[in-house]
Amino acid sequence: MKHIISVLMENEPGALSRVVGLFSARGYNIESLTVAPTEDASLSRMTVVTTGSDDVIEQITKHLNRLIDVVKVYDLTDSNYIERELMMIKVRAAAGKDREEMMRMAEIFRGRIIDVTDKTYTIELTGDTAKLDGFIAALDEAVILETVRTGSCGIARGERVLKI
Amino acid sequence: MEMTGAEIVVRCLEEEGVKHVFGYPGGAVLYIYDALYAAQDKVQHILVRHEQAAVHAADAYSRSTETVGVCLVTSGPGLTNAVTGIATAYMDSIPMVILSGQVPTHAIGQDAFQECDAVGITRPCVKHNFLVKNVKDLALTIRKAFHIARTGRPGPVLVDIPKDISRDKCRFEYPKTVTMRSYNPVSKGHQGQIKKALSLILSAERPMIYTGGGVILANASKELNRLVDLLGYPCTNTLMGLGGYKASDPKFVGMLGMHGTYEANMAMQHCDVLIAIGARFDDRVIGNPKHFAQNPRRIVHIDVDPSSISKRVRVDVPIVADVRECMQDMIEQLEASFAAGEKTNTKALQAWWQQINEWRQKDCLKYDRKSEKIKPQFVIEKLWEVTRGDAIITSDVGQHQMWAAQFYRFDKPRRWLNSGGLGTMGVGLPYAMGALLAHPGAQVACVTGEGSIQMCIQELSTCKQYNLPVKIVNLNNRYLGMVRQWQEIEYQKRYSQSYMEALPDFVALAEAYGHVGIRVERQSDVEGALRDAFGKYKDRLVFLDIITDQTENVWPMVQGGKGLTEMILGAEDL
Repeated sequence: MKHIISVLMENEPGALSRVVGLFSARGYNIESLTVAPTEDASLSRMTVVTTGSDDVIEQITKHLNRLIDVVKVYDLTDSNYIERELMMIKVRAAAGKDREEMMRMAEIFRGRIIDVTDKTYTIELTGDTAKLDGFIAALDEAVILETVRTGSCGIARGERVLKI
Repeated sequence: MEMTGAEIVVRCLEEEGVKHVFGYPGGAVLYIYDALYAAQDKVQHILVRHEQAAVHAADAYSRSTETVGVCLVTSGPGLTNAVTGIATAYMDSIPMVILSGQVPTHAIGQDAFQECDAVGITRPCVKHNFLVKNVKDLALTIRKAFHIARTGRPGPVLVDIPKDISRDKCRFEYPKTVTMRSYNPVSKGHQGQIKKALSLILSAERPMIYTGGGVILANASKELNRLVDLLGYPCTNTLMGLGGYKASDPKFVGMLGMHGTYEANMAMQHCDVLIAIGARFDDRVIGNPKHFAQNPRRIVHIDVDPSSISKRVRVDVPIVADVRECMQDMIEQLEASFAAGEKTNTKALQAWWQQINEWRQKDCLKYDRKSEKIKPQFVIEKLWEVTRGDAIITSDVGQHQMWAAQFYRFDKPRRWLNSGGLGTMGVGLPYAMGALLAHPGAQVACVTGEGSIQMCIQELSTCKQYNLPVKIVNLNNRYLGMVRQWQEIEYQKRYSQSYMEALPDFVALAEAYGHVGIRVERQSDVEGALRDAFGKYKDRLVFLDIITDQTENVWPMVQGGKGLTEMILGAEDL
């Protein structure tokens, strides 16, 4: 099953590679991984999307906690959460009809066109992974020139916070 | 007063009470060696012949005492040579601090001479590591390294020090305490869980206490002995846990696992309540986990590391705690319960002991005592006799290691030093060096084989320099015995590369290094040679080259992937 794990850790050099190394050394999956400093610059927050049985996920959270740089670990999938990912997608949009069609598609998915040339649009889209996948699936493969995705980040719903 | 980084390193070691540092100099650590030169009366440096041995010796120093072992190596090859030693210590959770030199900060990443990414290379085999980028951080970093190494589940910590950092100056102040918001190991167990565990333990009909290296590391042997004696339950120790409970007590059913006793493995499989303390159910201990899970039993697991709990085997009552504190709590509560008239299940227990004693009748460690060829088991039994069971025994890895574990009955902790987790051949001699430096005057024997001993044989030279009277018991069967045993059993006797065509004359070799060498070829000469080694040549290193039966195997044996009770008890079972 898919799990979204939030990790609060010291913003130290090498901290990211400790996490990545842990996953590869123990044979755990990483579907996506994002990391950036928090409002407190001494801390980084990482979101790891992984899959595994309950036993594996239990080991993953235990091993993450065991890393010296890790302050807190929280499996978002344990309760209600919001997941967002950002995608930028460059599509072919040359003829008038295609351009209109593409603009409508972007609107349906609540995307924004952020760059325009004679032949292309670049669309920005946020949402959970499934929505971004859905957008790609809705487009004709031939019109997609390039995609770039950030990987998911997540936050708990309600008043629950991950803080020191 | 301002000090150089190198002086700070040495002062930090003094502050930590470090008496010995094992190491090997090189370009990147010359400032540190210069500072050590000035502090020779406080911190003694032991010059090994290969960095791997420096780490092993520091590791053994730690294993045989309750202190943090320290070693010092230079950058590049100095560090890479140390990696085997670091990984060995990591697998067995040994508290150590490894100081490594690094090229100057401005040269990092330039492929400089003797540069390697020390923190990158060691990351998977240390508890934590640091690259110091400012001399002002040096003292705190070293303080943190010692703190991390010795607390929680212990382990090796590496501090990588670029050459310019050891030259730069700043004011020295050793932090008295260290707080890390991201690192707060637990010590006290959850009281509710302890209560739950105790009621389960008291109601057990077929209880079994199974303990590992965690008991040794937590200095909890006294508590374990008290707990087992209080309950009157059978106890088994893992390879890493030997000496945790006194082997001479009838409640001790021997080591368990791949080469464990019949009674220990049977009791593990058939118990109804298993109390696991500081052990991790690894593959060499419980065999195939699916087979292990076939018998229903309730499991209490006490360990300081949550990730060791429910890793290979699901447990019913997990307790994350320092095993010593947890056992203290349990003993206190048990004593109170017993005083209040509560009892263990005496009747069921009697039947259980009867069953265990029946299993014992198998006499699974029997061997041919009348053999003309020297039996390795006989040598270990004699070694136990001659040293009155009171020596520190180090071993390498292979058949001799298993025989030493089976036949040298350890009554005390920290007397049995071996590489249980990583299984590193070559540790035996440097381990003996570390143990002797930590315990001058102690009887220290290195039980080894002609394969393993050659992996760090150069340390005979270090032993000469520091006058370390190690007794090397070389069980020489002219084969890589454990490999040969597996090939015999699982690879249709195709002895691929397990026979060494050319062996050195070990007696002459020992003499060439300035030591005493004795070859023993008859069973009747074994005891005399051992007595000479520990008597007449008490103050000398003695290399006993004992020519043993070439085809002797270690029994019982649970083959890889098999269930714990699917034991081969001897050649007749093949």
